Amino acid sequence: MSDAGDGKRTTDASRDEVTPDEAPIDAERGTGRGIPPDWTIRRIVRTMVPLLAALSVLQMVSGTVLETYEEALLENPALLILVPVQIGTAGNLASIMCSRLSTGIHLGTFELSPSNPAVRANVGAVFALAATVFSAVGVAAWGLGRLLGGSLGLADVLTVSLLSGMALAVLVVVMSLLAVQASYRIGLNPDDTTIPIVTNLCDVGGVLILFAVVAVVL
Amino acid sequence: MYGQDTARDIYRQALPVILVSLVAGLFAGTILGTETMRRGIGQVPGLLLLLPAFLATRGGVYGSLGARISTGLHQGLIEPDFALDRPLRNAVVASFVNGMTVSVFIAVVAFAVLRVLGREGNVLELVGIMVVAGFLSAVLMLSVLLTVILLGYRRGLDPDNVIGPIVTTLGDVFGVAFLMVGIRVMEVVL
Repeated sequence: MSDAGDGKRTTDASRDEVTPDEAPIDAERGTGRGIPPDWTIRRIVRTMVPLLAALSVLQMVSGTVLETYEEALLENPALLILVPVQIGTAGNLASIMCSRLSTGIHLGTFELSPSNPAVRANVGAVFALAATVFSAVGVAAWGLGRLLGGSLGLADVLTVSLLSGMALAVLVVVMSLLAVQASYRIGLNPDDTTIPIVTNLCDVGGVLILFAVVAVVL
Repeated sequence: MYGQDTARDIYRQALPVILVSLVAGLFAGTILGTETMRRGIGQVPGLLLLLPAFLATRGGVYGSLGARISTGLHQGLIEPDFALDRPLRNAVVASFVNGMTVSVFIAVVAFAVLRVLGREGNVLELVGIMVVAGFLSAVLMLSVLLTVILLGYRRGLDPDNVIGPIVTTLGDVFGVAFLMVGIRVMEVVL
């Protein structure tokens, strides 16, 4: 997310975005250097706020799903517990896979093909991680839900968490492979572009898949 | 050797990190599932609507602040002495402004979506809850991030490696907890 990497330092003449009271502070510290233009408050706010606002609008899609299922969620705390867990885990799996594939594409070890060793290893790992994590999540959400006064059985919670978790793994794999490949083809560095895009889409996908499964299973 | 990693290698390296954030997620979920929080969700229309956006914003605002500070430290633009010199102060103030602006924006959008869905809602209540939760998150995240990054840097820890997990873990757990505080405060105020 950070765009501070270029390390440009401005001369005094170009410090147009800096308020006048900043000069004495620099003089006082004796550093004798200006603030780089991308370190001014205005610049940071102007870059970040539109981006964050757009992402929050995207997140309203999952919010709308949650709001629609409010009754079921309030009745079954186990489902409410699954919400942040699904959102978080989907994002984590996606960022690991994107980050690894981006490195792979730069090193020339990744190629979008089912027989590519990097593709096989990453896909295998994501599915194995998902199976492990979502089994544990199912048991934990069931137990905690019981403690909070819920009545869902272990089989139900485990089915919901495993089914939605494995579907989520498919989403993570497909989106990461496509995003890395597409970004590279277009000429954008996948290190910069894929993680924010894929993690946000997987956040939203996580909630959508969770409630699609809830609707089918319960 | 990169590229030679088997699925088993990746699994073994990634599992601990995933499990840590899983515990944080379960913790946040448990707070969400408490009696008090469920009552709050039932009372305040729109709360579930803004929850994912609110949680995602914490990652966006403070994750990027962390990345920026790490870069600044590595470039020598920021000195790890807590002096809050100009670049560091700018970055902190800007992330506070970002966090608060987007929190209010989320409340207003959530209210608009409620209206589109044909539901009743109180825009003042939603904005109030987001201002309280956004402010408390900012205070907590800024103090923890600055302390960990600056102290860690002096001890030779690369901040780039620790910010992600810290932001996700604290953001989820305390985000939900502060949302609950916000509901309480607005109950008293309104």
